[in-house]
Amino acid sequence: MSENKMNIQPTDFTFDKESEKQIALVLAKYPKARKASAVIPLLYIVQDQMKRLTKSAWIPKIAMSVIAKRLEIAPIRVFEIATFYTMFNLEPIGQYHLQVCGTTPCWLRGSDDIVAACKKATGIKEYGETSKDGLFTLSEVECLGACANAPILQVDRDYYEDMDGQKTIELIEALKRGEKLTPGSAINRKSSEPVSQKQSLPENLRTK
Amino acid sequence: MLDVKDRIYVNLHGHDDWKLAGARKRGDWDNTKAILKLGREKIVKEIIDSGLRGRGGAGFSTGLKWSFMPKEEGPLPHYLVINGDESEPGTCKDREVLRHEPHKIVEGALLASFAIGAHVAYIYIRGEYYNEAKRLQIAIDEAYDARLIGKNACGSGWDFDFYIHQGAGAYICGEETAQLESLEGKKGQPRLKPPFPAGKGLYGCPTTINNVESISVTPTIMRKSAVWFSSIGRKNNTGPKLMAISGHIQTPCVFEEALGLPLKEIIERHGGGVRGGWDNLLAVIPGGTSMPMLNKEVCETVIMDFDGMRDAGSGLGTAGIVVMDQSTDLIQAIARISQFYKHESCGQCTPCREGSNWVLKVMQRMTEGRAEIEEIDMLMDVTKHIETTTICAMGMSVAWPVQALIRNFRPMMEQRIMDYKKTHGGVIQVQVPAAAPVLG
Repeated sequence: MSENKMNIQPTDFTFDKESEKQIALVLAKYPKARKASAVIPLLYIVQDQMKRLTKSAWIPKIAMSVIAKRLEIAPIRVFEIATFYTMFNLEPIGQYHLQVCGTTPCWLRGSDDIVAACKKATGIKEYGETSKDGLFTLSEVECLGACANAPILQVDRDYYEDMDGQKTIELIEALKRGEKLTPGSAINRKSSEPVSQKQSLPENLRTK
Repeated sequence: MLDVKDRIYVNLHGHDDWKLAGARKRGDWDNTKAILKLGREKIVKEIIDSGLRGRGGAGFSTGLKWSFMPKEEGPLPHYLVINGDESEPGTCKDREVLRHEPHKIVEGALLASFAIGAHVAYIYIRGEYYNEAKRLQIAIDEAYDARLIGKNACGSGWDFDFYIHQGAGAYICGEETAQLESLEGKKGQPRLKPPFPAGKGLYGCPTTINNVESISVTPTIMRKSAVWFSSIGRKNNTGPKLMAISGHIQTPCVFEEALGLPLKEIIERHGGGVRGGWDNLLAVIPGGTSMPMLNKEVCETVIMDFDGMRDAGSGLGTAGIVVMDQSTDLIQAIARISQFYKHESCGQCTPCREGSNWVLKVMQRMTEGRAEIEEIDMLMDVTKHIETTTICAMGMSVAWPVQALIRNFRPMMEQRIMDYKKTHGGVIQVQVPAAAPVLG
């Protein structure tokens, strides 16, 4: 973490009411003596709270210490988790996190076009950058596990599937206007069914 | 071909209601109490007899795994952990089960937990599957409300709690012992075995870890019988299997198919054929990217099941088929896979941590052709060492894709190197630098 970035670290962090509600649910899942299991869930809760309050989903260092105290473990155990897992942002990111899958199955179906479209529509030059308006951060992610719907663009937590360059630009332009397009397949197919055979469920087994 | 009436995941693509009411209409939760009343031994025996092999990749008998758990509950509680950390590139089957057939998971979790003497089950779902996990949570809540799980589940007298635990973007947590570490709130780094999880697993207690698909087929096996399940497929490779097909085919999709069919038939029927026709095929990765690729000649005849793939020098893995046609830069495709494994190495074992990085660097040079012919042999040699010297199977995942490339397409790699030398400064020059001018 660069010197410059350290400056944006807040000096304190408190869980808000919404977060406390979620923490209670999480802690009920694990045996009382095994509270440490809740490290990952609590890091998510911090990240979500930051997103709610500041529009940027990230985890300040001070919040990790707060988690450590809550779970009665050494702060280092929270730091090492936060740095080991890739879904935790340790620096502020844009309001929308554009995550392009570049692993081979997506690459075979044109993820390079998605990356190029993301860069073009946001003005971002390299992975990890945030756009000048603070709206977008672009990241390359590894396999998102939706290969039959490749290529995938994940915006925050939603998968936009069967994408191409043009649709990516439309999606980003919509986000700039504050509109959120419906996640899922962009080519009008239901989940991962083959396009040629829309109704794969036998007639007699449908409930409607 | 799998008969429609033998399909387990009828709502695989989500055309139907995924909630409890819809699941019940499809036969889920139908007199689950009667199945539980059979008792532990009978359930385990039925699953062993069905020949169900673990659907997560390794293909170990699910029933046998259950039978390794202590028969009596001692002072330590037993746990079931369901592996929903689907991260192997090419694999996207469990996602469909999570969001369209979640009740099969909940019911399967109850049956499996009962069969191994566990009152608590965790399902570890990869962090990116946020919306899918939300769905499963709704299904779990429905099951609690309907008294299907919780205290005295289904009126059987067995108490059962089921919790979701989400990961946070680490492929390695799909390895069973790394998953346990992660669940305990640590970095996902695999443990040495022994002790095996059945002896010392989650929190040091006896634990069974099964894939989402393995768990969610068990209720149907118990209802339709082991005889029915083992009548599908080939000997030692029984049952229907969820598969995914992606890459250069007409219709990428997730589908359910009987094991034991020719790969070619599967590509043509479910994938709609190779883009540009069968003759345009270059190579196929049959079971997630860690499985060695097959060339076209092998693809003509190879059988899509555990033993068929093993006999062809590859593996069924997760049955995530990735098809590549003649337009593919195969060396770059494998280099990208090397990049994946380098990114996902947990850093615990030196051969994998350093080796995956080294392999990536060499593969990137191979992609350009900026290498020596002898380096192909060195690549083979080094990957042979990485493969056998790591705690978990990740070493193999680093090594196998590259080895398969060399085995099947060595002339292509050599040609690339010769071409680079020709354009950058002569055949004798050793390792032409990246900055060398292009001749002519």
